[in-house]
Amino acid sequence: MAVEADVPAATAVRAGGRRFRVLAAGIPYLSGGLLLLLIVAAVFGDALTPHDPTLLNLRAAFMPPAWVEGGSWAHPLGADNLGRDILARIISGARVSLVVALWAIVLSGGIGALVGMIAGYFGGWADVIIMRLVDIQMSIPSLALALILAAVLDPGLDTVIIVIVVSYWAWYARLVRSEVLSLKERDYVALAKVAGCGPFTIFHRHLAPNIVNTMLVLATLQIGQVIIFEASLSFLGLGVQSPDISWGLMLADARGYITNAWWAITMPGVAIMLTCLSSNLFGDWLRDALDPRRRQL
Amino acid sequence: MASYFARRVFQGLLSIVGASLVIFLITRLSGDPVVLMLPPEAPEEVVRQVRESLRLDLPIWEQYLGFAWDALHGDFGRSYRWQMPALDLILERLPATLYLSVVALAFSMVIAVPFGVLSAVYRGSWFDRFAKGFAMLGQAMPNFWIGLLMIMLFSVKLGWLPAFGAGTPAHVIMPAIALGWYPVAAQTRIVRSAMLDVLDSDYIRMGRSVGAPERVLVWKYALRNAAIPLVTMQGVYFAAMLGGSFVVEVVFAWPGMGRTVVEALFSRDFPVVQAGVLFSAVVFVAANLLVDLSYGFIDPRIRHGR
Repeated sequence: MAVEADVPAATAVRAGGRRFRVLAAGIPYLSGGLLLLLIVAAVFGDALTPHDPTLLNLRAAFMPPAWVEGGSWAHPLGADNLGRDILARIISGARVSLVVALWAIVLSGGIGALVGMIAGYFGGWADVIIMRLVDIQMSIPSLALALILAAVLDPGLDTVIIVIVVSYWAWYARLVRSEVLSLKERDYVALAKVAGCGPFTIFHRHLAPNIVNTMLVLATLQIGQVIIFEASLSFLGLGVQSPDISWGLMLADARGYITNAWWAITMPGVAIMLTCLSSNLFGDWLRDALDPRRRQL
Repeated sequence: MASYFARRVFQGLLSIVGASLVIFLITRLSGDPVVLMLPPEAPEEVVRQVRESLRLDLPIWEQYLGFAWDALHGDFGRSYRWQMPALDLILERLPATLYLSVVALAFSMVIAVPFGVLSAVYRGSWFDRFAKGFAMLGQAMPNFWIGLLMIMLFSVKLGWLPAFGAGTPAHVIMPAIALGWYPVAAQTRIVRSAMLDVLDSDYIRMGRSVGAPERVLVWKYALRNAAIPLVTMQGVYFAAMLGGSFVVEVVFAWPGMGRTVVEALFSRDFPVVQAGVLFSAVVFVAANLLVDLSYGFIDPRIRHGR
C-alpha cells in the first residue's frame, strides 16, 4: 500500500498557548517511556507476571477486569475463555511483537540501506535494476504479498520476519538512494574520491554517518506499522502460531467469544494501539530533534 | 510530453511483468500442486497427465512464459475448490469489494475534507490538534480491531447494525469505517497543507480585501484549488483499499475479493490466489500511473524533469 509511506506530520507545536506547549513537551517522554516499558516487558516479561501466561484456570474463565463487578486483582485485566491471565499474556506477547519488529526493521533497514547505497552511489545499470525491483516490490500490495509468502512458507515467527523484510526493504532502499544521490554531489565526497578513497571508505566514513539519522527516524516510525502488520497476519492465522503468544493471535482467539468478554478483545488491541501511537509520536519527535531545520517550524 | 507518457506506461508494464514473476515464483515454492489435486492413491499415468496439462514437466522459465501468456488472455487456470475459472471467481467477487472501497473512501473524505479545511483555517487551535489526534488514532489501530470494537458496541451491545454479511446498506457501514479510518490521517494532512498554501495566495487576499465573506472564500474559492492534490491522490488510496481489504473482509464476512483470496490461501487454491493478487497489483500500478500522468498533465515541471 502506497499510503503506508505516509508518516504522521511533525508534532511540533507551530503556534498556540503555553499550556499546550507544556503538554507537547511531555509527548517524547511519555511515548519514549511507553516504548521503554515495552522493552522492559519483553526482556523481563516472565519475571514480571504474577501468572504463567499459558496456565489454564477454568475457575477464572471469563473473569472481567478488576474494576468491573466480579473482577479480582488476581487478574487485573481479566481472564480469557480458558482462565488465562490477560495481563500476563499481553506482557508475554510484547516479547513476540518486539522481537518481530526489531528483527524485521534491522534486516529490512540493513538490506535496504546497502542496496540503496549501491544504487545511489554507482548509478548506471545497478541503479536501473535495483530501482525496477523496488518498483515491482511496491506494485504488489504488501499485505497480499505477505499473505502468499506466509501461506507458502511454514507459518511461524521466522516466516513473519521474512515476510515483513520482503515487504519493507524497498522503503529503505528508496530513502537511502535519494539521500546518497544528493550527498555524493557534495564537495567532501568528491574530494575523498580524488584523494583515492575506495567506495567502501566513502560509504563508511562519508555517507553512512549522514544517513543514520534519517534511517533511525524511519525505523522508529515503522515499529508501529510492523506491529500492526504482524498482528494482522497472526489474526488471519498466517503469522505467529499458538502456543506462542502474540497480540494479534489473542485478538483472533477472543473473536470466538466476542459476545462474552469485551475485555479479551479490548485489552490486546489497546496494547497494539499504545505501542503504535508511541512509535509514531516518538518518531516524529526524533525527526524534529535530529533535524535542526525542522525545529524552527 | 509523449515521451514522458510512454516512459511511465513502459515502467508500469514492467512492474506488472515483474509482479507476475514474483507471484509465480512464490507460489511455485509451495511445492507440487498435483499432490493437492489428486488423491495419494492416484495411478502413475494420471499423475503424469495432470503434470503435463499443468506444464509441470517443463523447465521453470517455460512454465513462467506459459503462465504469463495465459494470464494475458485472462486464463489463470481453474480454481481447485470452486471448479470454475479463477479469474471469473475473482471478477464475480470484485463488485462487493469495489462497493466497500468506494464507501470507505467516501467516509474518509467526509472526515478528512472538513477536518483539513478547519485545521488550516484555525491553525494551531484546539480543533487542529483534535483533528490530528483523531487521524493519528486511525493509524495506530489495526483495522480489524476497529472492526471488532464496532461489532461489540453496535451489534452485540446496542443491536443497531448487523455484525457480518452483506445485503442491506446497513451492512456496509462498519466495514467501511474500519477500512476508511486509516487514510484519514494522510488525507487530512494533504487538505490542510494545500489549504494553508491557497489561503496565503494573492487571490484569496484580494477577495478578503474587497470584502468577500470568509465562509465563501474558504469553502468555495480556496477549497476548489486545494482539492486538486486530494482528488489526484484518491486513485492511489482507492487502489490501496482494493488490495488491502483482506482482513476487514474476513472480520465482517464480507463476500468480496479479499476474503476469497484469504480463503483460497487456506485451501491452497493457488490459481485463485494468483489471479487475485495479480489483479490487485494491476489495479495498483494503473492507479499510480494515472495519478502520475495527471500530475504530469497539470504540472509541466514534472514531465520535463529528469
